[in-house]
Amino acid sequence: MKIHEYQAKALFKEYNIRTVDGVVATTPDEAVATARQMGLPVVLKAQVHVGGRGKAGGVKVVREAAQVAPTAKQILGLTIKGLPVRKVLVTPAVNIGKEVYLSLLIDRGKRKAVFIGCAEGGIEIEVTAKQSPEKILRCEVAAKDLARLDPGVLADFAEKLFPETGQADATAELMCRMGRLFAEKDASLIEINPLITDDQGQVIALDAKVLLDDNALFRHPELLTLRDLDSEDADELAAKEVGLSFIRLDGSIGCMVNGAGLAMATMDTIKHFGGAPANFLDVGGSSDPKKVVHAFKMILKDTEVRVILVNIFGGITRCDDIAKGLLASLKEFEVKVPIVIRLVGTNEAEGRALLEGTPLISAETLEAGATKAAEIGGRS
Amino acid sequence: MSILIDGAGKVIVQGITGRDGSFHTQQMIEYGTTIVGGVTPGKGGRTAFGVPIFDTVGEAVEKTGADVSVMYVPAKFAKPAMLDAAASALKLLVVITEGVPTLDVLEAYEALTAKGIRLIGPNCPGLISPGKCKVGIMPGDIHTPGPVGVISRSGTLTYEIVKALTDAGLGQSTCIGIGGDPVIGSKFTDLLPLFEADPETEAVVIVGEIGGRDEVDAAEYFKNHMKKRVVGFMAGLTAPPGRRMGHAGAIVGGEDDTAASKIAKLEAAGIPVARLISDVVTLLKK
Repeated sequence: MKIHEYQAKALFKEYNIRTVDGVVATTPDEAVATARQMGLPVVLKAQVHVGGRGKAGGVKVVREAAQVAPTAKQILGLTIKGLPVRKVLVTPAVNIGKEVYLSLLIDRGKRKAVFIGCAEGGIEIEVTAKQSPEKILRCEVAAKDLARLDPGVLADFAEKLFPETGQADATAELMCRMGRLFAEKDASLIEINPLITDDQGQVIALDAKVLLDDNALFRHPELLTLRDLDSEDADELAAKEVGLSFIRLDGSIGCMVNGAGLAMATMDTIKHFGGAPANFLDVGGSSDPKKVVHAFKMILKDTEVRVILVNIFGGITRCDDIAKGLLASLKEFEVKVPIVIRLVGTNEAEGRALLEGTPLISAETLEAGATKAAEIGGRS
Repeated sequence: MSILIDGAGKVIVQGITGRDGSFHTQQMIEYGTTIVGGVTPGKGGRTAFGVPIFDTVGEAVEKTGADVSVMYVPAKFAKPAMLDAAASALKLLVVITEGVPTLDVLEAYEALTAKGIRLIGPNCPGLISPGKCKVGIMPGDIHTPGPVGVISRSGTLTYEIVKALTDAGLGQSTCIGIGGDPVIGSKFTDLLPLFEADPETEAVVIVGEIGGRDEVDAAEYFKNHMKKRVVGFMAGLTAPPGRRMGHAGAIVGGEDDTAASKIAKLEAAGIPVARLISDVVTLLKK
């Protein structure tokens, strides 16, 4: 789950990771009031769930009182990578001494938690990692130790970021706190870009990015309130609630598949035969007929959909349950588009028998089904 | 021959009394898997499916001589169950459970690896050596014994490919679903060496998807260490970037983990990649 910078900074504060206090504004007037209280100069930062805010004009330093309102208005009017900016974080501007990059994440390949650092700050870490890999620092830590790291173990790493002794010690302490936050809140990424020293020599997290592990949210009910519903597609959220995995795309062929890998392969096959998928939809492992009805409702909401391809490989999912869901959907909705169906696996015969006499177009294989759907749905 | 499991393996089921655990225990027994016990904390001393239930994996292994455990424990309780397995003398732990927190998997992986216990999964269908032993949830009847090894990050997509193989007369030595999570116990590169060493496996199919660099590592491993043929299939050519496609691990983060980039790297290493499921068979028969 993504959270905003201001929310990440609140978590930092909870863990004594020094940051710059800020206030969130949703209107230019609020921004003006906040800036007046803080005193100029201030930094206005768009709160939006994408990277590259600075480049998109979403981060601005304001030095004159008269400029706060127009700058806030401009940022609040931005749409960055498809997401409208609804909140702006107002923080006091800080005099930067030195800036570096620091993050804690899970290295999938090595199956380790790892600190990543770079003595150059404000960089795009992926670009630096590719162009100058020698500049990237790594420090692997065991998952079981994350909540109680020993600053001594991190001393070398910290010293490479900030060679001055006091700053290196503060950085190692900060990394221990990051570890505890990571472990206790089940983060999947904590990124500070940049981590700075100010003109007093204090080590401060100027920015904060935290990603949370969706699988672990069941044990952090307090974090659920951080979800920004405005930033997420309402249909996709509704789907999640009933145990479906759904992502809307811009094609004309609605898809309903069991299993995420097969759902992707089904979309790819449709494309291979010249069609364009309207969505990704995994009905999941179980086969509650109600889920099928819900899936149909979401597919049919999209008026661009000209044909629906149902591809089921029964395992845990039973074909007769899917068939029952299909029949219930036909009864409940006025389905005007043709439905191509391919049913294989557990209780296949029962499923097919149930669907006899319906106008559904049956296909023997995924490839045959995708070809038919592409013919009806129009080539892209 | 086969890898990891064969007819001689003794298997216990963690979560044998649960809804999924009991259903699939029955299915595994019907397939011919030797189930020797179950583990459900607090229910030790009872029996299920004619085998004894124990409170801990350690006790179950000691009393039954089991070397494999398959786990259907709900995600909330998966961590203690995995650590329980790590405290035993098992050889292989297969975690079917979906939705296990990543840090729990990491910690269990560290504990299991320290003891030399191999982890398959989590969030996977398990593995099967057709005609001998099934440890997982895949439909047994689509498989048939033969010379093709299969390693896959997916569930139903694997069944689809296995069925195509079986229909074309290409049997399988062992089929392993390694799981769709970001952190998994066994990756392509952990298992390819076992297939390379297995005298009855003649070719391997790897089924990958968007996200991560496991397929790229597999391509490098193949190029440097393998003589047997490997054929690939990659799901997610049409997946939009930045979106999680169902599996927790299936998300395109950069340019390198797209399906197209993976296909290019696999093909450059000498692994032909099928664009359609039916092409997997065509490529193997070439």
